[in-house]
Amino acid sequence: MAGSTATAVLDRNGLDALVKELTAQGRTVVGPTVRDGAVVLAELASADRLPWGWGTRVEAGRYRLVPREDGAVFAHTAGPQSWKAFLHPQREQLWSADRGSDGSLSIVEERADPASYAFLGVRPCDLRAIAVQDRVLTGGRFQDSGYAARRTGAFLIAAECTEPGATCFCVSMGSGPAADTGFDLALTEVVDDAGHRFFARAGSTAGAEVLSGLPHRPPDPGTEAAAHDAVEAARDRMGRAMPPVSLRDLMGESLEASRWDDVAARCLTCGNCTMVCPTCFCTTTEDVTDLTGDHAERWQRWDSCFDLDFSHLHGGPVRATPRSRYRQWLTHKLSTWYEQFGSSGCVGCGRCITWCPVGIDITEEAAALHDELAARLRQEEENDEGGGDDRKEPER
Amino acid sequence: MTDVPLPYRVIRVNRETADTVTLVLAPTGPATLAPFAPGQFAMVYAFGVGEIPVSVSRIDRHALRHTIRSVGAVSAALCALRPGSRVGLRGPFGTGWELDRAAGQDLLVVAGGIGLAPLRPLVLDALAARHRYGQLNLLVGARSPGDLLYAQQLRFWTAHRGLRHCAVTVDRSADGWWGHVGLVTTLLNHAEFAPDSTTAYLCGPEVMIRATARDLVHRGLPAQRIRVSLERNMRCATGHCGHCQLGGVLLCRDGPVIGWDRADPLLSVREL
Repeated sequence: MAGSTATAVLDRNGLDALVKELTAQGRTVVGPTVRDGAVVLAELASADRLPWGWGTRVEAGRYRLVPREDGAVFAHTAGPQSWKAFLHPQREQLWSADRGSDGSLSIVEERADPASYAFLGVRPCDLRAIAVQDRVLTGGRFQDSGYAARRTGAFLIAAECTEPGATCFCVSMGSGPAADTGFDLALTEVVDDAGHRFFARAGSTAGAEVLSGLPHRPPDPGTEAAAHDAVEAARDRMGRAMPPVSLRDLMGESLEASRWDDVAARCLTCGNCTMVCPTCFCTTTEDVTDLTGDHAERWQRWDSCFDLDFSHLHGGPVRATPRSRYRQWLTHKLSTWYEQFGSSGCVGCGRCITWCPVGIDITEEAAALHDELAARLRQEEENDEGGGDDRKEPER
Repeated sequence: MTDVPLPYRVIRVNRETADTVTLVLAPTGPATLAPFAPGQFAMVYAFGVGEIPVSVSRIDRHALRHTIRSVGAVSAALCALRPGSRVGLRGPFGTGWELDRAAGQDLLVVAGGIGLAPLRPLVLDALAARHRYGQLNLLVGARSPGDLLYAQQLRFWTAHRGLRHCAVTVDRSADGWWGHVGLVTTLLNHAEFAPDSTTAYLCGPEVMIRATARDLVHRGLPAQRIRVSLERNMRCATGHCGHCQLGGVLLCRDGPVIGWDRADPLLSVREL
């Protein structure tokens, strides 16, 4: 690759130059910023807006910003938003319809011109989430054209994870803490006696070209090793883990588990988990008319399977109880997603745990379902041996 | 046209029952939707009100028919349309009945209520190619004699189109009704089919589909040769909105017509 760089070391000036360069290319640069006591994604005018010196402390149902003495910028865990807020926005107009005086009907597509985004600081779990939404929204027979347009033009800068939180479990979902693929540039932050710097890797031709234009140093073995070690150390510091079994099979075997009653007694069906989840993609439509009654619009907005209206069929909702709605969410995420879109719908970012107002923990629920299934199978085995009846073994 | 509705004109409105009409629709310009297969559905848009999925109830070269029962805001608006009104249509979506796969076999078509509508193009195709199939049975259930769809057409098919096995039953009788009373499953004893070489096509309320399919399995029909058309909430019809999930099935994409081998375990779980 002539005039391009595969790996380099950047300092804070390099990050400044990166934001300037991407802005100069006409891109809308979005990254983490500090606002309202949280790390939130917003348009960056410069790298100064990044959360320098801020970390986060999270637990089930709890999220706090904490200052950091080392001045690190990517040492926070997943915030309340994910990149879907930009690629798959909360509300979007699809088309408008006008009725003429002769009763004629004309309908035109109303998709806004897609912004050319650059996302700075995408966690490996969120990179995976973007890949999951790519398959859902553009991988099938029909494409979501708005998503496809925004996604195709987006430039992704990953920030490898060196500071996992207490609700993180990406390792057990195989989606972090290292960024392997799906980025234009990947940064790994290193803060040690040799200074505050970023080990940068290009993941695409466009990424390599951008990297070569930034003020940078050639990669030194010390920085590269420190970056590698920091990510490896993060691997061992995940706050949580999913049970090490096939979650797909576990959910399929657990549709009538009594654990659903237990979690339903705690779940408020508020839908927070679906809003913060980086892969939850469900939408509904709104049809509105203006005061003349001759102009109508179709809007699409995020929807949640926790909403009673979500499964409405003439006569009422299919999933009336909180039990069935929580079961729908969890089984879809961990199991039926495979059948529909070829992968798990969970990337282990931990947002649904952190932002659940009553602290329901997806890993704890999966573990409880696993225990219940194991107990049930043991019981059935004992019955088979003791009773001497010839019922078939339960299918695994 | 799958993203943005294409305007269609209502060229005729056939009143079928007190709450059900058939809209005969033709494109307003040169553009037209891709051809529909029996069992597939369109998203039908009532101006300013909303959009609902409706299976095609007849497919002609120049017109599409949708039979619609007034049950909600959108279907009520569609049922109130008059000739000359416009609707928006997107489609075709979903799987069809795939009658071709049953060549040489007996056919058993079982409909409950409005469920006869998606089955009509299948029956018409089977009648048009009678020599390709064995016995053709059409069993129809309705709430009351007044709720029976296409009553005249059923008589016409029996009298002039060679439909030898057509039986109708109602849940509640009324003056002048001399036919069967009871669930549609009671008609199965009157049908003529060899279970080991029959394909069944079922559409109607979910309880009726469940009862009929289980009865047929009991009589020896393999589950994969029982084709059922199911229904769930749908917003997009393109597999992106998530509303039509039934377990791992996205009904707008993998359905609405699926095999009973796939549907049975899903419909056996309450509120799935």
